[in-house]
Amino acid sequence: MADLSSTIAGIRSPNPFWLASAPPTDKAYNVVRAFKAGWGGVVWKTLGEDPPVVNVSSRYGAHLDTDRRMIGFNNIELISDRPLDVNLQEIIQVKRDWPDRAMVVSLMATMTETAWAGLARRIAETGAADGLELNLGCPHGMCERGMGSAIGQVPEMVEQVTRWVKNAVNLPVIVKLTPNITNILWSAEAAKRGGADAVSLINTVNSIVAVDLDAMAPTPVVDGKGSHGGYCGPAVKPIALNMVAEIARNPETRGLPVSGIGGITTWRDAAEFLALGATNVQVCTAAMTYGFKIVEDMIGGLSNWMDEKGYRTLDELSGRAVRNVVNWNDLNMNFSTKAVIDPALCIDCGRCHIVCEDTSHQAIRIDQGEGRRLFTVVNEECVGCNLCSHVCPVPDCITMVPEQNNLPYVTWPNDARNPMRVPEAAAE
Amino acid sequence: MTLIATLATTPKPDADQPPSPYADLSPAMTPVQALAESNRCLFCYDAPCIKACPTGIDIPAFIRSIATGNLKGAATTILSENIMGGTCGRVCPTETLCEQSCVRNRAEDRPVAIGRLQRHATDRLIDGEPAHPFPRAAATGKRVAVVGAGPAGLSCAHRLATLGHEVTVFEAKAKSGGLNEYGLAPYKMADDFAQREVAFILGVGGISVEHGRKLGADLSLDSLRADYDAVFLGVGLGSNNRLGIPGEERAGVEDATAFIERVRQAPPGQPPAVGRSVVVIGGGNTAVDAAIQAKRLGAEDVTLVYRRGRAQMGATAWEQELAQTEGVVLKTFAAPKEIGETTITFERTRLTDGRLTGTGETFTLQADMVLKAVGQKLSADALDGLQVTGGKIAVDDAYRTTLAKVWAGGDCVATGEDLTVQSVQDGKLAALAIHSHLSA
Repeated sequence: MADLSSTIAGIRSPNPFWLASAPPTDKAYNVVRAFKAGWGGVVWKTLGEDPPVVNVSSRYGAHLDTDRRMIGFNNIELISDRPLDVNLQEIIQVKRDWPDRAMVVSLMATMTETAWAGLARRIAETGAADGLELNLGCPHGMCERGMGSAIGQVPEMVEQVTRWVKNAVNLPVIVKLTPNITNILWSAEAAKRGGADAVSLINTVNSIVAVDLDAMAPTPVVDGKGSHGGYCGPAVKPIALNMVAEIARNPETRGLPVSGIGGITTWRDAAEFLALGATNVQVCTAAMTYGFKIVEDMIGGLSNWMDEKGYRTLDELSGRAVRNVVNWNDLNMNFSTKAVIDPALCIDCGRCHIVCEDTSHQAIRIDQGEGRRLFTVVNEECVGCNLCSHVCPVPDCITMVPEQNNLPYVTWPNDARNPMRVPEAAAE
Repeated sequence: MTLIATLATTPKPDADQPPSPYADLSPAMTPVQALAESNRCLFCYDAPCIKACPTGIDIPAFIRSIATGNLKGAATTILSENIMGGTCGRVCPTETLCEQSCVRNRAEDRPVAIGRLQRHATDRLIDGEPAHPFPRAAATGKRVAVVGAGPAGLSCAHRLATLGHEVTVFEAKAKSGGLNEYGLAPYKMADDFAQREVAFILGVGGISVEHGRKLGADLSLDSLRADYDAVFLGVGLGSNNRLGIPGEERAGVEDATAFIERVRQAPPGQPPAVGRSVVVIGGGNTAVDAAIQAKRLGAEDVTLVYRRGRAQMGATAWEQELAQTEGVVLKTFAAPKEIGETTITFERTRLTDGRLTGTGETFTLQADMVLKAVGQKLSADALDGLQVTGGKIAVDDAYRTTLAKVWAGGDCVATGEDLTVQSVQDGKLAALAIHSHLSA
């Protein structure tokens, strides 16, 4: 059986599944329940300087599919609204009771060394924290007070805060990055320059998640008004995957440990983050949607899949897909793949035909089969776009089959069809 | 999206008591059930279910509207093709129509519950909307007579009314609705739905109904043709086939349609009495309806006897199974020979090369009530001048009879199966044909 034990920035946990800094890690009661359920670690909900913040009533909004499945989720909650000392005492007790689990503590302060260093020392003095996570990402509320994304969006401030904290305490420091920027590499590189032991990403995406059409206000509605909040859940996973991969393949940040966050709901999601270079993953929305028990299948599913693929440790898996993430200009222009529809699995819904006909390349023909329609791909028209295979409701009914054209790997810069082509000789 | 979050509150039946024949066979969906089920629809392109619906309802479109919370849009999509979508959602043999062709069957063996979703959408509109959803076109000044206030007649009348014509419906019986009111089992049309639907249809305006008016009694085809710009006949099948065996005139022997009518028209709380041992003869949906009602009204033993096999029954497999679940015993390959005072004797039959023959072997069942459901036929007495072919009024592709200015549809013509949904389609298409004729 695969060994799921995980180490990131020197912080060990029995499995790579941590709960992200968020409501599920707000207090001992929840964290103990999480550890009982099997979570490998937590990042305690962000601590700030006393007096604690005060939250508003009505805090979460949801982006639901028509069947009420959670596509995305957002919140306008601030950091921990409990006194610092209460949190620290609970952290000490929980770590004492659960020594094998990772206990990382998130913190946030205003842009002064005194504030950051003082808070970091208070946490370090408990002796219970395995590491710190700097919250430089909150896109709502705290940023209006000069914290959260107000810091995370300025690379120089990211570097500065990281350095202050690293100088203040002797603990691993994970810098949590905001996706609400133009280029994630600028803040990742800044964190590294500041001495970060790891980065975690993504924090939530700035959003209005929905509009209450009766109240005519953004949700969540607070007495008739709403504010932008932090978006997370399954819908943000693709954004997070790209940013994780960018950091993993960037020469400046390559090797910087990454804790992957963003819409991780299943073991498969986690495996994808690991494949793109994450060392472990953090989860919030899935737990807030289903409760802590979902970690069982995350652990079991990842372990079974690793066994099936022959990965013995997370290290063997981590980063396996990074070398295959390239720029568009490095793709093979001569590659050609075609959709193939298996009539034995087809249920005759016609969706492949209509999406191709209406919105793509008119490459799926309908013939009258025996008692039902027969859908066939017109190879000459098919550009291998995959749309039909994505909308087909039956798994494996439509597969994409590469053509054996025996043509060489040619990228766009070298492609004869490229008017700006670099001539082969000159490219030597 | 507004979702009224009422959960299922269907009372649990008393397992020792037969359910009332007046209680809903399949209760209305709750909003939560409708939400889950509507999301199973794949929104197929050129969907097989649409082709399987005799009225051609855009089923994926109305189900999508349910899923998005546009219940009024769902209902108008249904009713624009089938003004009796409420009844059809309840009584259509969906297992041989739309739901049989649902693509979800192919991989999952469970279709989307189209019929129940249709009822969900239409109920909300019929019960909840004060205004009729379809406007009337400017008055044309044309007057059309419709004979029969059943599904075909009302469908035709409604469509003609929306097109701006004035319609007078002549109905022999005291209430409108035809078989919806008099011929369908009450557990399929609970809570007086037939009358609620009639009121909804008439809500379009421009339709007046005259009850107690019967062709051949105080109405003649000639006078209707003289007085109106067009005539539509939706007279149904007025008389029942006979068994033609000794004892058929005895007390306790009755046509199943008459029995169903008595059950449907009984005053509240005073259902008709039934025998202790009831035998129903026939293999169609009427036979099944009558048998289940007899059982639910307290008959101890109900046996449905059919001269051919299960596969040849007109009742769908779902109906047959329902009868068995309700405690009806199905006996096949037996033809009635003689009815005694409290018994009925059958001869066993067999099919040889498609031909049914008696084997000479007989058996006798106890029967203090015998219900006959061996088919209905056209009452052609008052249809002088019309060509009748194969027991049905002959019409062309545009529902035109052999008499000028006279169209016909529903069970009295041979367009498809004798189903409510087919009658609604006949009435609708005949109305369009009449409109085209009147507009020429």
